[in-house]
Amino acid sequence: MTREPPGPETILRATQVTKRFGGFTAVDTVDFTLGCRERVGLIGPNGSGKSTFVNSVTGVISVDHGSIEFNGMDITNLPSWRRARLGIARSFQIPRPFKNQTVIQNIEVPLMYAVGDRDPDEISAKANAILAQIGLSARRNDSPRSLTQVDLRKLELGRALAAQPRVLIADESMAGLSDPEVDEVLEVLFKLSADGISIVLIEHIMRAVVRFSQRIVVLVAGKKIADGDPREVMSHPEVERAYLGQ
Amino acid sequence: MSQELLFNALITGLFLGGFYAAVSVGITIAFGMLDIVNIAHPAFIMLGAFIAFYLNSNFGIDPLVASLIAILPAFIGGRLFYKIYYYAFERHGEESLQGLAFFFGILFIVEVGLLLVFGVDYRFVEANYIRKTIDLGYISLPLRLVIPMIAGLTIVAAIHLFTSRSFLGRAILAVSQDPGALRIVGGNPVRVKEIAFGLSIATAVVAGALLIIIQPVEPSLGREYIGRVFAICVLGGMTSLSGTVVASFVVGIAEALTTTFGGPSWAPAVAFGLLILTLIVRPEGIFGR
Amino acid sequence: MNAIGHTAPLPATSISSRRVRRYLVPIAASVLIVLFGFAVLDWISFEYAYLATYTILQYVVLATAWNILGGYAGYVNFGVAGFFALGVYTCVFNYKTLQLPLPVIIMVAGLIAGIVGLGMGYLTLRLRGVFFSIATLAFAIVLNTVFNNWRFVGGARGVPVLRPDAPLFFGTYPRYLFGLILFLAIAAVLIARAIEYSWLGRGLAAIRDDEIAAECSGVPALRLKLIAATISGGLIGMAGAPFPYFITYVDPASAFNLTIAVNTVAMPVIGGMTSWVGPVIGAVLLGTLQQVTTVTISSALSLMLVGILLVTFVALAPRGIIGLIKSLQRQSP
Repeated sequence: MTREPPGPETILRATQVTKRFGGFTAVDTVDFTLGCRERVGLIGPNGSGKSTFVNSVTGVISVDHGSIEFNGMDITNLPSWRRARLGIARSFQIPRPFKNQTVIQNIEVPLMYAVGDRDPDEISAKANAILAQIGLSARRNDSPRSLTQVDLRKLELGRALAAQPRVLIADESMAGLSDPEVDEVLEVLFKLSADGISIVLIEHIMRAVVRFSQRIVVLVAGKKIADGDPREVMSHPEVERAYLGQ
Repeated sequence: MSQELLFNALITGLFLGGFYAAVSVGITIAFGMLDIVNIAHPAFIMLGAFIAFYLNSNFGIDPLVASLIAILPAFIGGRLFYKIYYYAFERHGEESLQGLAFFFGILFIVEVGLLLVFGVDYRFVEANYIRKTIDLGYISLPLRLVIPMIAGLTIVAAIHLFTSRSFLGRAILAVSQDPGALRIVGGNPVRVKEIAFGLSIATAVVAGALLIIIQPVEPSLGREYIGRVFAICVLGGMTSLSGTVVASFVVGIAEALTTTFGGPSWAPAVAFGLLILTLIVRPEGIFGR
Repeated sequence: MNAIGHTAPLPATSISSRRVRRYLVPIAASVLIVLFGFAVLDWISFEYAYLATYTILQYVVLATAWNILGGYAGYVNFGVAGFFALGVYTCVFNYKTLQLPLPVIIMVAGLIAGIVGLGMGYLTLRLRGVFFSIATLAFAIVLNTVFNNWRFVGGARGVPVLRPDAPLFFGTYPRYLFGLILFLAIAAVLIARAIEYSWLGRGLAAIRDDEIAAECSGVPALRLKLIAATISGGLIGMAGAPFPYFITYVDPASAFNLTIAVNTVAMPVIGGMTSWVGPVIGAVLLGTLQQVTTVTISSALSLMLVGILLVTFVALAPRGIIGLIKSLQRQSP
């Protein structure tokens, strides 16, 4: 795990990112930066374009306009697997585990491919370490079909972790979880941040976002309407309006 | 000389196109709207053709009448079929990989079944309009092509009216875009899909009856139609009915031109070739979203 | 501890014992199978036995090869007939021109089919799984039409193929064909097994389970799919190369055989698609069943049986026979 000196360097920069689907503009000229070791929250009502934005950044979909830079390198046209190998990892809003493989096998895939390990013993050891880190060691040989929601979301995080990322985008990792479960996941995320990973937290659970983020970005109808200190952003009139509805 | 040939080829292609529209509208519904990869669709067309043959040779029933008779049983059968498909596959959210293998098996079973019952010989129907043509100077319009084209376009028009005017029809369009929203307005997505699939099969069976008016049939003919049907669906942009119609004419004319100037042995490759080309170059089709 | 008293480091020993299991055992098993196969058939000394077994072994190759792309990666290839025919017609072309020995032609056929598989894959593997499958079917039919029109290799009418003398070692030609296809079957299984246990196999499995999530985990999906398509297509082509000498009359109808196409899909589905064992089980069981029913009832009915079995298994036992065995194991204490 690389340890960056804390600093203002930007590790991820999205400039004027725009994505249209037919006549509908999902993401509209969004600028977004993520600093080294920074914790940024990304919020917005349903359908505001958050997941589309994440998909653009991770390379799942291409952008119609704009650019994405990672660590100073232009990655706008790179396929998602290259971005994963460079160090951008994400969890999915709706967990997408490899259903026909065991929990530990799920963790091993990014170890083999994003990190490039080939030695079975090394892979095994690292996978077990990650399982311990996220608290899934007991479920090592279980099928994802038998996991609870919490465990599935932990598995998502674990898989993202296994890619040894510099940037982790956690897309609604806490949806549908109870209060103590939310805190469980938050603790894992805090620990990851302390280990040097820059994290983007996309969430609807406000107390988690406010507690976790050093900075909050708000997307509404595809446009960024706020970007700054959590308390300031949360009391911004437009943000309140977006959430309370017209 | 060659101009007359060209003109006749175009006319033939146009007529075939109208017929192909009827053949493909079912796939537009099943695959384009419902995401069900029913590659066994041509098998149901052949089923329709042989039902028409059976009714014609044993009871002297006109194939057009036979097609009308067959609509209701085909619709019910299609609904039943969807129920089976749903319980085996969609309910579990299984990959369409298995659905594909399932329909592949059905395609095979139907073809072999027809082979066992009717044998390998070409079968045809007798009706008083089949050998007649309308002569307009240069061009002769064989009724056996004209009638299926008119019937075919009528079917597509009927489906269009149904999906744009009736609640059930609009529910089908809705379910293809957003099943959740459909639930909110009180529709039951599963039942809507079931009806849509029944409709799809019904159109296939009717198209089969039209097919046997155009030409004699034998069980393995269905295979040619796999490519045609999906080529038209993809070319037409998958969900668009008007796209299906235009694409049907494109394929019909392309085939007719190839047959006239290249020889009939190349005709099967036309639709498939167009399909491959479309998938590679412009997968959204002509009318794609 | 060896005699002098030094202890060998523990990890090295476990690595070499793993190597033994992974390489020596399969190779030893293969040699045994070859010896056993020849021994049994020679003892029966019934010419037809060689040919009957040929068909089953051919299906082992086809089913195993298909499964590399279909079962491991999840991309269903309906164009099996196309690749098979490429092998068939490579052999026919050679028969009418260079007359190179069959083993060479098998390699050439594999190369050609592999390259075509790569090319077709490059064009179509970017499409969603469903469109890929339809495109493969289209490809097979287009190829069928091409061969139908190519007069030199027989066109629609076909061309007879005479069996030459068998190489000295083998005695009769059927025995030679049997040996070749046995070799191919073992090679195919060993290759599939090697892929399955390797990092390539794990990547393919991830693609099968969720391609987008796999890509986000660093799996270069298109590359891996292309590798699978090339190997799969190449092996299927190799299976087609000896076929002309087997049936002695080649026309597009027999080369683009629907039976072969359906069987190649049905056998892995019925046997189980996640492992190399499944296609072998499927090929042996279904192949033997068909040989029996074709002779006792009728060939059309035996085809019907394949279709019914395919549909039943896909609907009720999607994990195949392997899956059924595994769930039985789970239930019994």
